[in-house]
Amino acid sequence: MLLPMAPARDPMTPRVARVRKRRRDGPQVFTLDIELDTAEADDLAPFAPGQFNMLTAFGIGEVPISLSGDAARPGRLVHTIRGVGAVSTALVGLRPGDAVGLRGPFGVGWPMEEAVGKDVIVVAGGLGLAPLRPALYHLFTQRARFGEVTLLYGTRSPDDILFRHEIESWRRRLDVDIEVTVDHALADWHGHVGVVPWLIPHASFDPEESVALVCGPEVMMRFTIAALRDAGLGEDAIYLSMERNMKCAVGLCGHCQFGPVFVCRDGPVFRYDRVRDLLALKEL
Amino acid sequence: MEGLERILMQHRFFAGLEAGYCELVCGCAKNVRFEAGQYLFHEGDPADQIYLLRHGRVALEMAAPGRNAVTFQTLGEGEIVGISWLIPPYHWSYDARALERIRAISLDAACLRNKCEADHDFGYDMMKRFVPVLVERLHATRMQILDVYGTPA
Repeated sequence: MLLPMAPARDPMTPRVARVRKRRRDGPQVFTLDIELDTAEADDLAPFAPGQFNMLTAFGIGEVPISLSGDAARPGRLVHTIRGVGAVSTALVGLRPGDAVGLRGPFGVGWPMEEAVGKDVIVVAGGLGLAPLRPALYHLFTQRARFGEVTLLYGTRSPDDILFRHEIESWRRRLDVDIEVTVDHALADWHGHVGVVPWLIPHASFDPEESVALVCGPEVMMRFTIAALRDAGLGEDAIYLSMERNMKCAVGLCGHCQFGPVFVCRDGPVFRYDRVRDLLALKEL
Repeated sequence: MEGLERILMQHRFFAGLEAGYCELVCGCAKNVRFEAGQYLFHEGDPADQIYLLRHGRVALEMAAPGRNAVTFQTLGEGEIVGISWLIPPYHWSYDARALERIRAISLDAACLRNKCEADHDFGYDMMKRFVPVLVERLHATRMQILDVYGTPA
């Protein structure tokens, strides 16, 4: 006997989730660990590194937030948020037990399968480390499938370093190279000072057999792409996570239209050669 | 001197330098060492040396009254400390502090300037090596001024 099929969930209707944990990860930056009720979680699709969810602060609004947790633990929905606007400020103010709306996961993530067998250079700027963290977890847990793995992370000052304790634990690994730089620091900082693209010429990777994953403010990404190209990387080996004004998240409303593509549906991760010309257009 | 020539030719900054030019540079060069915490130079001092770092890291700092010194750049092996020697009035505009023990080649700036003036082909070769460093630092400064990681307006 055929069982009646459950009606497909409307992608525009949020599920109600609860904040399980809230942790401060930097100035105005908080990581929310949220969970769904068992009934709500049943048909939740697993996420891929680089995808995002739409989170609702009830009564205020909805914003796209990248998943920053481990995709191998799909029940744990982790989002790292900087409180800058009305919605994100409300989200970072939520406490354990508070309700939050959730739609997703959406979008195209990082090319983890294309990177197999190659050197992987991960370049993150500021909060851009959050959408890259699931990719890093994947690289670390499946380390043997990749060549050299390098993380270059740049941020504003030592106080702004995201996931600081975790970066310190990653640095203890002998099979990854991790360099952190800040734009300015006081004398008690003994690490690099300077912009993150400057670290690229010192990184160890074979430009013919590498994939670069880049996420950060767009200006930082433009300088990073130039440095990666100078280091010999092809345009088809560089992937970026783009940030645009995503609303519906399913390619209908057009708010995030970026030339011929929708960032929510066709991105947020794009191969550089496919968006190179669009990046140069100020109107977009 | 042979040892110094070899070190110079192996330094990233002088990659591919003609042998004759290497001899000219070596005539202005010596090995130097700084201990951690020691200053290579201070803001306002005459920019009379250029340092090619061989080992260790240097912090470039600026101090303001009532504030601790702010490091705006660190430089390491294979990099150059000091661009002010190129442009009059040849004074440093920041402090340079050794973060760890430094081994470097120091080039006498006046000696190098005179050789550039006397042999413009040599001078042009030097300019082609130093100008990209200037441009690279200008780009980095732009990115820092833009404060790209700051809270969006």
